[in-house]
Amino acid sequence: MNTRLLPFAGFVLVLALLGFGIWWSSHHDMREVPSPLIDKLAPTFSLPLLEDPSKFLGSKELAGEPYLLNVFASWCFACRDEHPVLMSEGKRIGIKLVGFDYKDEPADAKRWIAQYGNPYDVIVADVPGNVAIDFGVTGAPETFLVDAQGVIRYKYISPLTTEIIARELMPRIAALKKASP
Amino acid sequence: MRSSLGHPLTRALRFKRWVLVTMGFVTLFALVSSRAFAAVDPLPFKDHAQELRFQALTKQLRCLVCQNESLNDSAAPLAADLRRDVFEQMQAGKSDIEIKAWLTARYSDFVLYDPPLRGGTWLLWFGPLLILLGGGAGVFLIVRRRARAAAMPSAVPMGARPGSDVEDDW
Repeated sequence: MNTRLLPFAGFVLVLALLGFGIWWSSHHDMREVPSPLIDKLAPTFSLPLLEDPSKFLGSKELAGEPYLLNVFASWCFACRDEHPVLMSEGKRIGIKLVGFDYKDEPADAKRWIAQYGNPYDVIVADVPGNVAIDFGVTGAPETFLVDAQGVIRYKYISPLTTEIIARELMPRIAALKKASP
Repeated sequence: MRSSLGHPLTRALRFKRWVLVTMGFVTLFALVSSRAFAAVDPLPFKDHAQELRFQALTKQLRCLVCQNESLNDSAAPLAADLRRDVFEQMQAGKSDIEIKAWLTARYSDFVLYDPPLRGGTWLLWFGPLLILLGGGAGVFLIVRRRARAAAMPSAVPMGARPGSDVEDDW
């Protein structure tokens, strides 16, 4: 009797495995590349400003206070969805918002900013995309929260929403501010 | 009667053939064009051996944008940048292991098609073997039990019975 039920038990086991697979993939983004840089020192970089390529800004200048690095580009459609959120929430997050123009034509980026508004405190341009690779950027938009010591505390892939900012970013920013006022 | 029935049928058949031929052409075109668009950036390799090494290495690496493509054949701009980086590191004399470490430091194990063997991945590596062993043990137990059951009813000792009796139960 026991052995007669064995094939059925095997069938149920396979069914459970497949069901688990469906549940798992619907609760996890299988395409999302996990960042090994979380809680590690952000890469050292120095990039020209979008507005004035003769001036440079980098990890050295940004050290000392936490900042939010937002990777965007004029060619990125999702960034257009994210943009209004940054326009309304950017000033409220209470830390420096650094725009990271990724693999973009500076002229296009400037026009894009002129058209949709500038939510950033400062914008750096990574035209060849080398610094982005050091940050493990796979596309735009992506957002990094870096603390005063230059350590990456959090990374978010895909457009920020007011909900994500309130739920994921604000508590972490508050904690950073408490740690080093 | 016959012609009125036959006519739409042949038309349907002709249409079917037409659809098949069109599908064939579309598939052929897609195959040819995907070959043509496959990324080939001319890189100044030192020699043929280095080129082969480059091809072999980039085939083991996953493009982070088009994730079903390897770094070797992806046309994504990021893949081109990473190919360039891999090439430059090769020129600088880095080993394959060093280049892979450089990539995983930025993009995690995700960039490797073969996950490395470590604590979190042992189930992935040995899971199939465990299932095979479990199945094998199951089959072994069932066969042994049946063999015993077949041997039981007759009081003849095992050695005296012809072996074919046991095999019948398979």
